[in-house]
Amino acid sequence: MDWLLQAIFSFLAAAGFGIIFNAPRKMLFYCGFVGMAGWMIYSVFNVFSGDPVQASFLGAFVVALVAHIFAKRFRTPMIIFSVAGIIPLVPGGTAYNAMRHFVENDNLTAISFATRAFMVSGAIAMGLVFAEVIIQLIFKSRMKKRSAHKL
Amino acid sequence: MSVVDKEMAIDCCLLAGRLMMEAGAETYRVEDTMERMARTQELSAVESFVTPTGIILSPGSPYHTKLIRIRSRSTDLEKVALVNGVSRKLSTNEYTLEEAYGRLLEIERANVMFPLWLQILAASIASACFLVLYEGIWSDMPAAFIAGGVGLIFVTIVHELTKVKFFAEFIAALSVALVAYIFVHLNFGTDLDKIIIGGVMPLVPGLLITNAVRDLMAGHFMSGLSKGAEAFLTAFAIGAGVALVLSF
Repeated sequence: MDWLLQAIFSFLAAAGFGIIFNAPRKMLFYCGFVGMAGWMIYSVFNVFSGDPVQASFLGAFVVALVAHIFAKRFRTPMIIFSVAGIIPLVPGGTAYNAMRHFVENDNLTAISFATRAFMVSGAIAMGLVFAEVIIQLIFKSRMKKRSAHKL
Repeated sequence: MSVVDKEMAIDCCLLAGRLMMEAGAETYRVEDTMERMARTQELSAVESFVTPTGIILSPGSPYHTKLIRIRSRSTDLEKVALVNGVSRKLSTNEYTLEEAYGRLLEIERANVMFPLWLQILAASIASACFLVLYEGIWSDMPAAFIAGGVGLIFVTIVHELTKVKFFAEFIAALSVALVAYIFVHLNFGTDLDKIIIGGVMPLVPGLLITNAVRDLMAGHFMSGLSKGAEAFLTAFAIGAGVALVLSF
C-alpha cells in the first residue's frame, strides 16, 4: 500500500513539474512515468541498502534510460523527459538541513549534511551520464550490425 | 543556391540556436542542431560556438561570421521540441528553407506556455506530493499545497517586475517559509521543516543542474561552468530566503 501511494505521488509530482517546465501536452503522462520509475527504483534500493548515494545513482540511471527510450519512440529531445524525472531525486531535504544548521551556527553538522547533498547530486549526474554512454554504445554496435547486413 | 538564400540559411540556423538556448536546451544539442541544419543547406565548413549568453556561427568563406546574443533564459521544453521538429523536417526535405524560417519566426512569436493558474496548481500539487515523498505528516499537506503555490506566484510576479531572477527566487523562498511558519503558528501544520522543503521544491534549479553536468561531461566547459554558477546562485538565493525566516 505504501509503495502504491509513493508511486502515485511521485507520478503526480513529476507530471506537475512537467507543467511548470512547459513540456508538450501529450508528453505529460510520460514525464510523470519517468519520474515514477526513477523514484521507485531510488526508494526501493534506499530501503534495502540504506545508502542514498547509491540509490540516487541507480534512480538517475533508470530515469535517463527510460527517458531515452521515450525520446527514441516519440522522436523528441530526451531532455523533455529527463528533467521532470530527475526532480524527485534532487536532495532538497538534505540541502535544507545543511542550510538550517548553518543558520543555527552548528557548522559541523551542517558540513556533514552539505557533503551528503553534494555526494547525492554528484551521484545523480553520474547516473545520467553513465546511462547515456551505455545507450550510445549499444546504439552504435547495433548500427554497425545493420550496416554490415546491408553490405 | 544564391547568396541571398545562403544568408537566409545562416540566419535560420542562428534563430533556431537562439530559440533553443533561450528555452533551456543542452549546449551540445544546440550545436548539433545548428550544424545539421547548415549541412542540409550546403554550408559544409560550418563551425559554431555556443555559450549560454551568446552564439557564434562561422559558415566558412565567403560568408561572414555572425554572432547572436541570448538575453534571457527560461525553461520551455515545448519550444525545444518544436524547434527540434523543424530542424528534423528541414533535413528530411519536408520543409523548404523559406518554410522552415517562417515556422521558426512563428515559434518565436507564439506563446506556448501553460496558463499561469495551471502552473500554480501544478506547483501546489507537486509540493504536496513532495511532502508525502519526504515522509511528512499527512495533515501537513494543505500547508505544503498553499506554500508551493504562493512560492510560484511570487517568483513569477517579482520576476516580471524586477527582471532580476535571483531576487525573485529569494523573495519566493522567503514567502514559502513565511507561509509555512504562519501555518505552523496557527496550528494548521506541525512539521515546519517538511512543509518548507515541499514548498521550495518548485523553485529548485533542476534543469540547470542536469544541463550543467551534461555540458561539462560533453566538454563544453564554458557553458557547463556558467550554468553551474547560475544553479549555485539560485540555490543560494533559495537558501538565503528560507534562512532569513528561520533565523527569527
